This record gives sequence, C-alpha cells and structure tokens, in this order.
Amino acid sequence: MTPPPVFSTVLGRDLRLAARRRVDALLPLAFFAVAVSLFPLGVGPEPNTLRQISPGVLWVCALLAAMLSVTQLYATDQADGSLEQMLLAGGSAFSAGIAVALAKAVSHWLVTGLPLVLIAPLFGVMFDLSGRSIAALCASLALGTPILSLLGNVGAALTLGVRNGSVLLILLIVPLCIPALIFGSGAISAVESGSSARGHFSLLGALFIATGLLAPLATAAALRIAIE
Amino acid sequence: MIWNSAGEFFAMGGYGLYVWGSYGVIAACIAIDALIAIKRHRAARAATAANGENN
Amino acid sequence: MAMTMRFFTYASPPRFYALAGALIPWFWIAALVLGAAGLWIGFFQAPTDATQGDAYRIIFIHVPAAWMSMVLYLVMAFWAAIGWAFNARLASMVARALAPTGAMFTFCALWSGALWGKPTWGTWWVWDARLTSELILLFLYLGYMALVNAIDDTRRADQAGALLAVIGSVNVPIIYFSVKWWNTLHQGATISATAAPKMVASMLTAMLLMTLACWAYAFAVVFTRTRAIIVEREREAKWLNDGAAA
Repeated sequence: MTPPPVFSTVLGRDLRLAARRRVDALLPLAFFAVAVSLFPLGVGPEPNTLRQISPGVLWVCALLAAMLSVTQLYATDQADGSLEQMLLAGGSAFSAGIAVALAKAVSHWLVTGLPLVLIAPLFGVMFDLSGRSIAALCASLALGTPILSLLGNVGAALTLGVRNGSVLLILLIVPLCIPALIFGSGAISAVESGSSARGHFSLLGALFIATGLLAPLATAAALRIAIE
Repeated sequence: MIWNSAGEFFAMGGYGLYVWGSYGVIAACIAIDALIAIKRHRAARAATAANGENN
Repeated sequence: MAMTMRFFTYASPPRFYALAGALIPWFWIAALVLGAAGLWIGFFQAPTDATQGDAYRIIFIHVPAAWMSMVLYLVMAFWAAIGWAFNARLASMVARALAPTGAMFTFCALWSGALWGKPTWGTWWVWDARLTSELILLFLYLGYMALVNAIDDTRRADQAGALLAVIGSVNVPIIYFSVKWWNTLHQGATISATAAPKMVASMLTAMLLMTLACWAYAFAVVFTRTRAIIVEREREAKWLNDGAAA
C-alpha cells in the first residue's frame, strides 16, 4: 500500500478549514489595511512624502501581517494531536516533515499572501504611486510573500506551543526577512524613481528559490524537535 | 610620551567625552557581564549544597 | 582508541568543570595583562591622527568588540550544532554560555561605533552596512536567548536554539550583503564607511593586543558561565554533591 499523499492532504485540509473560518482567514488582511492606513495619519498627508515611504510601509505591513498569522497554522493541529499524525503518515518521518512544511507554507500563502498581492494596488493608489510602480508592487509582493510564508513557517515550528510564541516568532524571524524586505521595497522605489529594478527582482527571485529549497528542511527539523 | 599633561590626556584633543564615554560604558558592560556570570555560578553552587544537605 | 578517549574526555561535564576551573584564573590574568599592554600602546604610543584627532582611539575597543561579536556568534552556532548533532549536552551548555557575552560585545560595538561616528561623521547613528548589520546581529543574539529561555524542556530548548543559530549564521552573510547593497543604492544619505585612519604599526599592535585581551576575557567569562550552567543542570549528580568538585 502506497503512503498517503501528505502534501495534498494537508494542503486540502488547511484550505478547507480556512474556507470554513473565513473571518479568521481575512484578519491578516484587515490588519494590513489598518496598519498601512496609520502611516499617512502619523506622517502627514503630503503626497511626495507618502510616495517615497510607501514601498517600505507596504512591505513592512505585509511582513507583519504574514508573521502575525503564521502561528495559527500549527497551533490547533498540535493541540488536538493531528500534527503528530500528519508527521507519522508519510513514507519516512523526514519526507513527511518536509511535505507538511511545504503544505503549510503554500496554504498560508494562498490564504494570506495571495490576497495581499491582490489588494495591494488599492493601497498603492492611496499612496499616489504611478501605474508602473503599482505593477512593481504586485510583482515584488508576489515574489516576496511566499518567502515570508516560508520563513514564518520555520518560526512557527520553532516556537510551537511556547508561551508568547507569536511575539517571540516576530523577534526571531523578522531579522531573517530583512534581505527580502530590502530587495522587495527597493524594487518598487527603483521603478518609482525611474531606474531599473532588474537587479532587485533578480535578487528577490534568487532569495525565493533559496528559501523555497531550504526553509521546508528547516521547518521539518524544527517540527521534529518540537514533537519529540 | 605624546601627552604633555594629565589634563591633555583626559581631554583627548576635545573628544574626551566620546573616547571616555566609549571606554567607560564598555568597561562597565564587561564588569557587569563578568559579575553576573560569577554570581550565577556561586548561586548555583549554593543551591546544590543546600540540596545536598537535604538529601 | 586511547587518543579518541582523551579527546572526548573533556566532553564530560565534571571533567570540563574541573579543567575550566583551573584555567579561568589564567584567562583573567591574560586578559588584564594584554588589555593593559594594548591600552598602553594605544593611548601612549600611537600618534594622534591628522584628520580624526584623538577620537579615533575608540577603534582600539570598537574593532575588537565587533570582531568578537561576529566570532562568538559563529562559535555559538558551531557548538550548538555539535550539541544537537551528537546529543552532547556540554556543547549545548557552552553555546548558551556564549550568547550573553556575544550580545554584550555587539552592544559595545554599536555603542562605541555611535560615539566614534559623532565626531567623525557628525551623527550618532549612520545606516551604513556595518553598523546596520551589527544591529541585526544583536537581534539575532537576543532572539536566540529569548528562544532557549522560553522553552522549558532543556533538550528541546537546546535543539531549537541550535537550529535557530545555524539558520542565523547562514543568514548573516546574506543580510550583510543585502544591507551593503541597500546602502550603496541610497548613496545620497550615506557617508563613506571607510573612516578608519591610516594604520601605523603602533595602532595595529594596539588593536591586536586588545583583540587578544577580549578573547581571553571571553574565555574567562564563558567558562565561568558554563560552570554555572553545569551546576544548574547536573544538580542531582553525585559528583557535585560529594564535594568532589573544586
């Protein structure tokens, strides 16, 4: 008998659960909207200033929204014991761990990251970004939010069941997200100021690939540590 | 000897605040780091000794 | 076989405890002697710099502190990884003992960097590649310390800390490179980071001696802290309660 397909099972399950609890799934987006809106209120409505700070503001808020929502992924599964079952289900403990890690990252991105990419243009307009900049915004978030989901997963697995886990996670994972933040917001700034963002996107793409390959391994290792 | 007087030495060509501010704070950090480690060790030994007496 | 046995002899907590106890006073002496020599040369032999005046003398502690902060992080990650891979508890204890001293050196590098920056570049803080990366390194240390302290199960805490430290080490070059890149992009706001004065032999000697002094100090404190952790963890162990340990 072949081992059950861990990746698709976990992914399907998470997506179905998110669909049932739509409000919970949309909370990170609401957070993003509120947080982004705070900046003009704090900084002042001057369009030039807002345009200049918008790449950074949008990226930082996306980062925080991703990190705040990632602990949800594992918390309920660990509480009811299904996480252990998932890790035991696959062909080997190692491959099951990676499959679970990837599935969780993909489901987090589909529920939190992708919607962010889709609503970002609205906020680009709020900050008076040009059309080309908004396109760059969506592209950089499209590449960047998966990186955030993957790294957030590592953090969630490391802090599984730990008190103050979500705050601790932010402290642990945000420094690791800094390169993505730099290249992601840099790309938008570059397009806004008229120069080429090719370098930024290349580096962001490289980060995406590297993170995609390595983060699930780290998450799987962290899950093993947490469960044993 | 490059300093003509103690006063010159402490003044550091006008940058005394920065130079001594650096070295002073760092010396304090080092002292605190060391003292906390030593105290921790002493406390651990004391706790074990107390534990041993109760056994 | 005998050689391997001897190599791993000090992997046993009681033997390490005894060895460390014997060595610590020597490390302190070395640190004080080297530090005194380094400061003597730095303050009484090295000439005043033409451009920076006497403010540059901060580098005699700033540069060693920065080097130590980076080296200790790597050493911490190394021992944590060894502890995780080989289930060697002493290695994990050493890793935990390294963290606070590493964080302290990072803070010292940042503090002295700011105080050097003010007279040299005109501002307390500059978002140049090195200072910014150093700040992020401080966050990495704090994150490690927060994580191992938050997890109550010692073994799980050690392993999770090891994973985090390894991930951090891999990321440090990436973070440095990206910050450097970011820095050169926003050239308008930055001043050239190559602000170190032209190095005369006496300056180099002073820096080297101060670096060695910091090394010796680090050994002394980290070994002390490791001994404390050994006692805390091995509380029930016979060798401690028998009073066999010095």
